[in-house]
Amino acid sequence: MFRRAMADPRPEVGITIDGAAVRAREGDTVAAALLASGRDVRRRTAVSGAARLPFCMMGVCFDCLVSIDGVGNRQGCLIAVREGMRVEVQRGARQVGR
Amino acid sequence: MSPPHESYDVVVVGAGPAGIAAATVAAEGGARTLLLDENPGPGGQVWRAIDSTPLRDEALLGADYWAGRREVERLRASPAEVIHRATVWSLDRHLEIAVSVGGGSAVLQARRVILATGAMERPFPIPGWTLPGVMTAGAAQGLLKGSGLVPDVPTVLAGQGPLLWLLAAQILRAGGRIERILETTPRLTAAALRHAPGFVLSPYFRKGLALMREVRGSVPVVRVTALEALGADRLEAVRYEAGGRHEEFAAGLLLLHQGVVPEVNLAMAAGVRHGWDEAQLCWRPETDADGQTSVPGIAIAGDGAGIGGAGAATLAGRIAGHAALTALGRDTDAAALAAARRGLRRALRGRAFLDRLYRPPDRFRIPAGDTIVCRCEEVRARDVLRAVEIGAAGPNQAKAYLRAGMGPCQGRLCGLTVTELIARARGRTPQQIGHYRLRPPVKPITLEELANLPADDEARAAVVR
Repeated sequence: MFRRAMADPRPEVGITIDGAAVRAREGDTVAAALLASGRDVRRRTAVSGAARLPFCMMGVCFDCLVSIDGVGNRQGCLIAVREGMRVEVQRGARQVGR
Repeated sequence: MSPPHESYDVVVVGAGPAGIAAATVAAEGGARTLLLDENPGPGGQVWRAIDSTPLRDEALLGADYWAGRREVERLRASPAEVIHRATVWSLDRHLEIAVSVGGGSAVLQARRVILATGAMERPFPIPGWTLPGVMTAGAAQGLLKGSGLVPDVPTVLAGQGPLLWLLAAQILRAGGRIERILETTPRLTAAALRHAPGFVLSPYFRKGLALMREVRGSVPVVRVTALEALGADRLEAVRYEAGGRHEEFAAGLLLLHQGVVPEVNLAMAAGVRHGWDEAQLCWRPETDADGQTSVPGIAIAGDGAGIGGAGAATLAGRIAGHAALTALGRDTDAAALAAARRGLRRALRGRAFLDRLYRPPDRFRIPAGDTIVCRCEEVRARDVLRAVEIGAAGPNQAKAYLRAGMGPCQGRLCGLTVTELIARARGRTPQQIGHYRLRPPVKPITLEELANLPADDEARAAVVR
């Protein structure tokens, strides 16, 4: 859906998305890294299971909710990627204890 | 990193143009100042990622973007303490602030609070607006500024307002694709033209015309009167009505925008009195010339106090910073304050014309039938109307019946729509209908975080027998 516009001078950051290795860039938010990955990163809503992707990218809509390093319901658009970060697309509600 | 102190002279919430200016002035004037911001770096939305954007060619994002660098440098040179990734989730009449940083919360006491929570994009509830592939124009702009991302699927921009044209120009300059712009602005009315002289004198005028010329040179623009996003599990096409004819256009990305509205949740939860602004079709806090609200000690600066744009927000932030210093009994620079007031009047020139010209038509604000109103709880327009039929008098009853506004966004993306829907169904004004009653925490936090708050004797006595 999106591609990087040009040679990006920022250092690469390695993260995993649902276990697969993905190269992001320093300064990317998690939501931006997901959208730039080319992978199917649609989450599923807790209410009806409908497919969603990030909508507002500014902390308002909560459609970018993901699990980061085992903690669910994080707003991916407000959190910067870190080397080794484990991101999982959230399908349905946050699981108890995660 | 939690705040190094438990009390501050001035706490500013939000590091966009208004918050940066307010914190800078307050700290330079000798007040112990803390600036709290939810994002990884300063700039808010307008100057998003100004420290880290990969788009170093200044022509791409334009001079108005890079103007933010000067303001951020001045903030950094000041003694203000700045904490990012800090989510303020409570503020009360005693100016006690609860803030979540890195999974833990702290409670702070302020002597003055300046809210600079800015604006969010106005809800654009068309059929299909929850489909993957439908985003706000601001979201695409954030991806461009923050990560240098441009659309690489067939892309349609739809809506109206200055940001739509700016975004289109920026995407095109960065080599991204835009297949079509669907313009929802109604034709110029006499009412709008009455305000035109002020606009011609404003900085928007020349910039706006140049942007439109730049974009129209390479993208077809169609004026539409109806809009729908189609697809099963993702966006496949955009259907629209133009000149009485229905057309369908295959698209993988639809970027919506019909202006911005104040982000009111924190201010409303703090008890700040708001009223319905019929010109900007949104809630607006009651503020005086210094930004002071109905709650003593709480001021609001920038777009959160009514939409005026980044230039106006910087000046309003300075004014609020000076006012906080005065209230704290400190000296302020009278000449700088007078200059900010003059500048603010100039910056707001032409705003009345923009408000009239880009007044979003009812059909794009007040949906019908199956269209989702509350994205979080997946409540549809027809559900809200049915709730009104069986006695819901306002948004709070609709919330109790339907859970509308009870999801994680806490009514930010459905509040205006629900109020206007109910107002129209009941033949009342939005002012009479009111908004959701908002309460802390204004952003979700975990029970664990709440339980780990430092407890005082009063809190212990409330639960221990």
